[in-house]
Amino acid sequence: MAETGPDGAMRMMDEFRAAGAVEALRAAIAAAVPRPVKLMEVCGTHTMAIARAGLRGLLPQEITLLSGPGCPVCVTAQGEIDAFLALGERPNVVLTCFGDMMRVPGSAGSLEQMRARGTEARVVYSPMDALVLAIEQPSKEVVFFGVGFETTVPTVAATLKEASRRGVRNFSVLAAHKTIPGALAALASAPDLAVDGFLLPGHVSVILGEAPYRFLAEEHGVACAIAGFEATDILDGIRALVEQIRDARPTVANRYHRAVRSEGNPTARALVDSVFAPVDATWRGIGLIPGTGLAIREEYAPWDARARFADLDWERFANVPEPRGCRCGEILKGALTPRDCPLFGRACTPARPVGPCMVSSEGTCAAYYRYQL
Amino acid sequence: MCLAIPMQVKAVEGSEAVVTQGGTELRVRTDLLDAVEVSDYVLVHAGFALQVVDPEEARATLAMLREMAGDAPQEGEARG
Amino acid sequence: MSIVLLGHGGGGRLMAELIEGLFLPRLGSPDLARADDSAVLPEPGGQIAFTTDSFVVDPPIFPGGDIGRLAVCGTVNDLAASGARPLYLSTAFILEEGLPLETLERVANSMAAAAEEAGVRLVAGDTKVVPRGKADRLFITTSGIGVIPEGMNVSGHHARPGDVVLCSGTLGDHGMAIMVTREKLGFAGPIESDVAPLNGLVEALHPIRHGLHALRDATRGGAAAVLNEIASQSGVAIEVAEEAVPVRPAVRAACELLGIDPLYVANEGKLIAVVAPEVAEEALAIWRAHPLGRDAVRLGEVLESPAGRVHARTPFGTTRLLDRPLGEQLPRIC
Repeated sequence: MAETGPDGAMRMMDEFRAAGAVEALRAAIAAAVPRPVKLMEVCGTHTMAIARAGLRGLLPQEITLLSGPGCPVCVTAQGEIDAFLALGERPNVVLTCFGDMMRVPGSAGSLEQMRARGTEARVVYSPMDALVLAIEQPSKEVVFFGVGFETTVPTVAATLKEASRRGVRNFSVLAAHKTIPGALAALASAPDLAVDGFLLPGHVSVILGEAPYRFLAEEHGVACAIAGFEATDILDGIRALVEQIRDARPTVANRYHRAVRSEGNPTARALVDSVFAPVDATWRGIGLIPGTGLAIREEYAPWDARARFADLDWERFANVPEPRGCRCGEILKGALTPRDCPLFGRACTPARPVGPCMVSSEGTCAAYYRYQL
Repeated sequence: MCLAIPMQVKAVEGSEAVVTQGGTELRVRTDLLDAVEVSDYVLVHAGFALQVVDPEEARATLAMLREMAGDAPQEGEARG
Repeated sequence: MSIVLLGHGGGGRLMAELIEGLFLPRLGSPDLARADDSAVLPEPGGQIAFTTDSFVVDPPIFPGGDIGRLAVCGTVNDLAASGARPLYLSTAFILEEGLPLETLERVANSMAAAAEEAGVRLVAGDTKVVPRGKADRLFITTSGIGVIPEGMNVSGHHARPGDVVLCSGTLGDHGMAIMVTREKLGFAGPIESDVAPLNGLVEALHPIRHGLHALRDATRGGAAAVLNEIASQSGVAIEVAEEAVPVRPAVRAACELLGIDPLYVANEGKLIAVVAPEVAEEALAIWRAHPLGRDAVRLGEVLESPAGRVHARTPFGTTRLLDRPLGEQLPRIC
């Protein structure tokens, strides 16, 4: 399977899309579901994958599938975006970020709009590309917007280490990363939620492994399944959840063994720990969740945008209020669906988004609007 | 989150690897891996290799899927 | 000197040297060589199709082509997609002071080659030079005239329920080639623009032209944009069979890595045709026999409702909406 054949490389993906198995998994789920259950997928990439494969159409009526706050763009606080855009107004600053962030609205416009007004901004595929840009353009001050969960954090940590190793003098990161397990704890404790099972993010789990989720099953009695992103992976994860619920045996089932080791990636985690330290973070629409943010450690201060641009009014940016009428927070918690928001489809559309749930191509509202969930 | 696809390692050069999928080639960083070898499959995200894909586990999953689909097991795969 | 100077647009000796030394030998047609203020052309004998387009692509040179080839093919294809036989093109250049002449030569060569491939003549031209910084290297505007043959009557308004949707080949090649090069994504491999003149593919459909309802070249916004336009104009629904969508493996891999859907990526050498069901087999066979249509497929079908909607049927039997693209596709990590 793996090595031979002219299209050997593609085989690591295509076979997992097996249509025949999808039907068998659908039937297994329908047979196993014991009563109405509420499942939450906590990963924007899962939301997109589910929508792209039309999987909701395959699930039995008894399953309600919610989209939780797994979209790093969605949960970036408005103030963090404003701070990043404010840095772009400084002389010689080049703002760099992932494509996902270009159209996210701050209080006064998105980075795409700021670029049209003269801010220098570049989309990068890798944080390392931003560092290379800084090295190639020593007269510019390159700032990278560090957004993303545990899948992405190690890549930024490695980039900061490299910047330090090479003594780069014109590169910094505005860290706005957040971590998942603390958010899951908050969701599991929320009295108005009552979720029966979490479909856990496959690629975050590549880094974290299984252990950080165990408390959800052991202390909160919530079923958990780590799943990959092909249709068969997702359905297999859902099957594991309904079986746990049927048998009243909540646990953390790893259904993505080919990528997720039970211990995760300790090398990546050690790298992250040496560069970042946990801090409290504000999740847009949800509020403060203790210990779910990451701040760059003191020894990397020269590459920390907050230290490098200490004269920016960080206090003000930490207290920017949400847009009026936007219900993103409750939508992220699964308390409302997009249709429950008064702005959805009217004042807030993909062409003119108000909140990040609509801006991000994987945001709950954008997915709803595009794919008619 | 997040987008990552398996790509096969063609060459390892210091802290980088050249990986390939469908004829597209990319250089990725290997800082997050303990060890990587040519012909390994790695998960690629944001220009980095996140983890080596375990071929045994992949085979086991495929065998399970084939069995569910009602196909005969392929050579080298275990049933169930 | 080896770069473009302001004087090259000045109307004097420098400009004459540029035109006679660089443009005419390459783009040379008798009309251009006459150097009159207008090209005077014979009556074409039929309804005239007329179109114009400007080309500002960044980078101007990309895998599989350049802005020159694009400028000729883009206008030729607009005419072809209207069912017209392209005849004459005009071309206007806006050049940035400092542009290497070598680049201009290359672009002119490409235009000449593309015009020959398409069987069109470049009959009128203009050159302007702007100071450094006032244009991004070079911009080209081409206008084109064609004639509509008898029996050819295509329009986005003519799709009917029961019609078959055909696609002339692999999707996403051009847009991904541009993105990978422009964003310096560090991808290497066989991702190349498909930029090509499509009038040959259209003329080949002559035998079934009475069953040819709509034609579009799937440029910005990809196949999805075009299908949405047709569905909306004709008040019908279109269903695409996802498994039928043809994509080169390298393009598919790049799309998967960046979170981009090939149905929304620009093409510069692909046609979408909506044909009556009784001519679908023949149309497909005609295309597959043509060098530019080897990978042609039956992409989907036209349905009665919901009017104006396009959706894809997945291999699992479910559907997903393919709505209008919003803007340029951006690489994602999530």
